[in-house]
Amino acid sequence: MGAGKFWLLATIVGAAFFGVSLLAPNQYYFQAGYVVLQYVVLATAWNILGGYTGYVNFGVAAFFALGAYSSVALYPLIALPIPVLVVIGGLVSGVVGFGMGYLTLRLRGAFFAIATLAMAVVMQTFITNWDYVGGSRGAYILRPLKVPLLGDYIVYLFLIMLVLAVISIGIARSIERSRLGFGFAAIRDDEQAAEAAGVPTLRLKLVATTISGALMGMAGAPLPYYVTYLDPSSGFSLSYAVNSIAMPLIGGMTNWIGPLVGAIFLGTIQQLATVTISSALNLLIVGLLLVGFVVIAPNGIVGLVEQLIHRRRQRRRA
Amino acid sequence: MTALLEVTDLGKRFGGFTALEGVSLSINPGERVGLIGPNGSGKSTLVNCLCGTLRNESGSVRFNGHAVDGLPAHQRTRLGMARSFQLPKPFVSMTLADNVRIPLLYTVNTREHLHAAPGKLDSRCLELLELVGLAAKARQKPRDLTQVEMRKLELARAMAAEPKLLIADEAMAGLSHSEVDDILALLSTLNERSITVILIEHIMRAVMSFSQRLVVLVAGRKIADGLPQEVTRNPDVVKAYIGE
Amino acid sequence: MEVSLDLLLSAVVAGVLLGGFYAAVTVGISISFGMLDIVNIAHPAFIILGAYAAYFLNSSFGLDPILTAVIMLPVFYVLGAGVYQVYYAVFERRGDEALRGLAFFFGLLFIIEVALVLVFGVDYRFVEASYIGPTWRWGEIDLPLRMLVPFVVSMVLVGLLQLYLSRTFTGRAIMAVSQDRLALQLMSANPGRIKRVAFGISIATASLAGAFLIIIQPVEPSIGRDYIGRVFAIAVLGGLGSFPGMVTAALLLGIVESITATFYGPSWSPAVSFGVLLLTLAFRPSGIMGR
Repeated sequence: MGAGKFWLLATIVGAAFFGVSLLAPNQYYFQAGYVVLQYVVLATAWNILGGYTGYVNFGVAAFFALGAYSSVALYPLIALPIPVLVVIGGLVSGVVGFGMGYLTLRLRGAFFAIATLAMAVVMQTFITNWDYVGGSRGAYILRPLKVPLLGDYIVYLFLIMLVLAVISIGIARSIERSRLGFGFAAIRDDEQAAEAAGVPTLRLKLVATTISGALMGMAGAPLPYYVTYLDPSSGFSLSYAVNSIAMPLIGGMTNWIGPLVGAIFLGTIQQLATVTISSALNLLIVGLLLVGFVVIAPNGIVGLVEQLIHRRRQRRRA
Repeated sequence: MTALLEVTDLGKRFGGFTALEGVSLSINPGERVGLIGPNGSGKSTLVNCLCGTLRNESGSVRFNGHAVDGLPAHQRTRLGMARSFQLPKPFVSMTLADNVRIPLLYTVNTREHLHAAPGKLDSRCLELLELVGLAAKARQKPRDLTQVEMRKLELARAMAAEPKLLIADEAMAGLSHSEVDDILALLSTLNERSITVILIEHIMRAVMSFSQRLVVLVAGRKIADGLPQEVTRNPDVVKAYIGE
Repeated sequence: MEVSLDLLLSAVVAGVLLGGFYAAVTVGISISFGMLDIVNIAHPAFIILGAYAAYFLNSSFGLDPILTAVIMLPVFYVLGAGVYQVYYAVFERRGDEALRGLAFFFGLLFIIEVALVLVFGVDYRFVEASYIGPTWRWGEIDLPLRMLVPFVVSMVLVGLLQLYLSRTFTGRAIMAVSQDRLALQLMSANPGRIKRVAFGISIATASLAGAFLIIIQPVEPSIGRDYIGRVFAIAVLGGLGSFPGMVTAALLLGIVESITATFYGPSWSPAVSFGVLLLTLAFRPSGIMGR
């Protein structure tokens, strides 16, 4: 399926999904849905650098929270519509992604991962000490209750995140099938061999980091309006990193479907668990599933499905 | 005729250990050069310095008229220098066809625009695999290959970059007699297509039959450089190999 | 803000004591990452586990925390050996990318932390011991015993490990496997077994480090995260696989953190270690005395 057709199909599916969602009985559906869609974006974004290129980013919080804090920083200055904030969040995080990549991508895999964690903590420390955005006390955002046409504000936020999810999936898929995607895969499989084959590894890694960071920043931009109160420890929470890694790993890291499946699967479980059991237990579930899948099914749910299909085909042939 | 590869006084150290010292070498277009030396003499280090995987501390490397010192490996490949790795490094998640597609997309593509015609790309991948006898396995992944097939894939990938110079780093290690002949035939075919070949090997009969010229490296220094028959009679060379 | 010499001196001394503790925290990583090339990002979680083990035995039986840590050494050793078995079976044999190994340990970090929250809750816990209150004075300088005792025991621990690695057969085998697996196989020692012993030891050190931690400060499950940066910063700064380098780096980091906290406030502390790590990775990845 060509790129054009895919975007059209994705838009139609997205619109249909939204249409059906409007029939939801209460607001809670949109609140939970927002979080799951946010994770679709984060997981897909992470996977571009992690699954496609092979570089593990623990510093997800840095890009995500930076997007959120750009919105917080602009809030007292000028009232901007959320889509504009999303673009700004994306730009800020994209630039930071580029900068971070430039400093750390010469490091081999494990050091890179630790360096990304280091960046997230350093950034968190700076934000915690920056009183303008509330510092450790946090910042409050007021949001309108209703929005024309859609009704509740939360429906509006839900729609924005849905659009972002479709965009991120579209971008991931386009990359997969392009020359860029081949380059990423070569780097992941064997960076030295890729370099010897003519792949400009550093440049491509920077592209991956920038795109990945920008998408995460876009996912973070609406956050202050969703939670209405944001402080550094929740904005930079390590659970964003754990989820962004767990979801592609559980779903499957080699293509765009994996993060989507992983985000919906894990995201929904967590939403249910938070409501029914406790939020600490839900993090335990994430950790256990992460380790479980890493050990047993490293190619994720998508990988398991592919194996199943492959075996059925072999049986049919025999 | 100006040299294709001009190495002047190359030096490389790892901490306190001198891997290469004062190595100078001049290779003309179309030559078949053999590079031999005992284990640890610095052959692979030399290859890595030439290709850009490692950075030499002293001396210079000129390729096809360009000074390549400090250039990253991918740019040297684009200039026309290709290498195969001693231990094959295939792209394991891709099919064989896609393995050779990478150099086409990233090296050849910078010289002529291939991706505009996707069919052309596919057929060129198959051609390359045909050349090494792996066309039948084009859709399979590297994990299904035998040792010698992996070596051939390595060479196919190096060739895909349409190099002027191919450095084959111990491409025949561990292969049987006939498998060695296979690889030699391949390299000869390439040389007939005017690709300059540097063959780094331990298998003496292969080196002797293939090379027009033999270079000997011992303990990081070049101790001999000339016709194979003369070099093998050189007392320093004999001592290096036997008197240890 | 005046830079009084007295204040600077106390900050430095406090930093040295802190650095000694950091050495105990990092020695496990020096082994697992420096020698075995395993990125055990969950190491701090094991330390917190050690802290809670000390808390539990101390509050239930009134035992001295360092004593409890010593008692728990074999338990932690077995735990480490077990974790290594899983890691080896799943990753090293398959030769998979480092990514899955990292994800594995990251998941483990989370599991341990959350399990502790579920069992002990998020309140701060502390231990009781005779040396936690008092402070010695040496001239103008304060030497809180709760910092001094861990410092001394930590130095002893590192010293003993250094002796073990350089004098005993298994210890030397561990040093050998960190450099050349093939050589070890030729020596007909089993690299897998040696690595398991080494990893077991690395986790065992977490038991003691955890006891030191809870002696120095009250503990709650999530503080392990601050230590990820510290541990890797010290390991990298000191040069992987070099104990003297590691100790030097630990002392340096302790001093820098202490001075920053004294003059700029403790909220900047996490940035210090992670900032040091980033600078080291950017400019001198081989560290002070690296290989």
